Amino acid sequence: MTFAGLTPNQLLFILQGAGWTVILSLLGFVGGSVIGLPAAVGRISKNRLLRFGIAGYINLIQGIPLPIIMFLCYFGMSIAGFSVPALVAAAVAMTAYCSAYLAEIWRGALMSVPKAQWEAAECLALKPFQRLTHVILPQAVRISIAPTVGFLVQIVKNSSYAVVIGFAELTYTARLLNNSTFRPFVIFSIAALLYFAICYPLSLYSRRLERRLKRG
Amino acid sequence: MTALVTFKDVHKSYGTLPVLKGVSLTVPEGRVVALIGRSGSGKSTALRCINGLETIQSGTLEVCGRKLHEANCDLRHLRMEVGIVFQSYNLFPHLTVEQNVTLAPRLTGKASQAEAHEIARKVLEQVGLAEKAKAYPEQLSGGQQQRVAIARSLAMQPRVILFDEVTSALDPELTAEVLKTIEQLAQSGMTMVLVTHEMSFARRVADEIIFMHQGVVWETGDGSMFDNPQTPELRQFVGSGL
Ligand SMILES: Nc1ncnc2c1ncn2[C@@H]1O[C@H](COP(=O)(O)OP(=O)(O)O)[C@@H](O)[C@H]1O
Ligand SMILES: [Mg+2]
Repeated sequence: MTFAGLTPNQLLFILQGAGWTVILSLLGFVGGSVIGLPAAVGRISKNRLLRFGIAGYINLIQGIPLPIIMFLCYFGMSIAGFSVPALVAAAVAMTAYCSAYLAEIWRGALMSVPKAQWEAAECLALKPFQRLTHVILPQAVRISIAPTVGFLVQIVKNSSYAVVIGFAELTYTARLLNNSTFRPFVIFSIAALLYFAICYPLSLYSRRLERRLKRG
Repeated sequence: MTALVTFKDVHKSYGTLPVLKGVSLTVPEGRVVALIGRSGSGKSTALRCINGLETIQSGTLEVCGRKLHEANCDLRHLRMEVGIVFQSYNLFPHLTVEQNVTLAPRLTGKASQAEAHEIARKVLEQVGLAEKAKAYPEQLSGGQQQRVAIARSLAMQPRVILFDEVTSALDPELTAEVLKTIEQLAQSGMTMVLVTHEMSFARRVADEIIFMHQGVVWETGDGSMFDNPQTPELRQFVGSGL
């Protein structure tokens, strides 16, 4: 039994690749959030040193192509004496990449909460951390949901750069399959469809959130 | 009678722009003091100094027994005793009316959850909005939002409340309901500093009226000062119908 000239095993292989793409994207998003949220808060802190330090980190990451970050993580860690699986290297690279962009998205959201809200919280004798967590963040989250979901699409698509370090995500499995079957059009079409199937619902959802937010 | 607020020769500038140029005034406990004057005369700045939102450059400023001119003044505890209400309400849009009111008492440890609930009931009743406890700010009129902001201040049981042109964004009908709330508060003995453009209201409610001009206290008196201004500046200000 074949589908578009591919055996069930070959199809399963490419689907597994899609599964790893989702997993890598999730790891990148979660890792990126864990670093990106404090980075966003640090970017608006009163401490100049902290602000500039984080800005430096963000600019650095945003100024390096993701495949190079992948290489750096993969070979860097092995040079440092850790022989890590490609998944770990790819996840670390994606974490770095996501953290820089999420930090900027969330900094924007934090800054779009009116200054008067900080002041009102301050006038009610809340401590700085309480102002942030009880007054500012809940409003910033609302503002940032749509662009964050929109960025998820970028994460999924850019996770394909893990191909350069041989991590078996969707792009890599598709290429591998092509090497043995020589049916590039069929195989890469399937890969494209799978990417689209992951990304399109996210885009739709993001746009719907944006519309809902505009309506208030 | 103890003074809750005492300015002595207070100077304050923003950068190179001097705004308060030697302000001296006192607000005795239980009294209502109205600050009037032209736009730009430094009324808001004076108010913001009282709760430490702005720091002063020279002179002394004592509020509720705390010396604000000293660097180590504990502003957080000051703000538990000094409430402020702004022209733009500044309610927290993601919280219900009740949550807006209970947030500070809970977070500052002034009240437990249950006590905070009881406080909210009481202060919302005081401003006539008990039935709106579960509403969100955006569902309220401007006048109602401003009354919630007053309730939110009251919930901290402050010793003095500052009002900065709290009706300036409201149309006349809503202005009336907010002024009524403030007037009732005045009658209950709350110490208040009111920056206002409502001259007839100031005259009716304030024990003392302070006319500020170009960053200093220009003339002081009670309601009768409008009938008999001592300075040409106040005469002109009164005459301009503001
Ligand atoms: N944060 C600020 N930075 C710089 N200048 C300010 C600031 N706030 C107020 N000013 C200036 O200080 C002066 C007094 O302002 P303000 O105290 O708001 O007067 P009022 O409340 O009597 O209208 C004005 O000239 C105003 O432009
Ligand atoms: Mg003002």
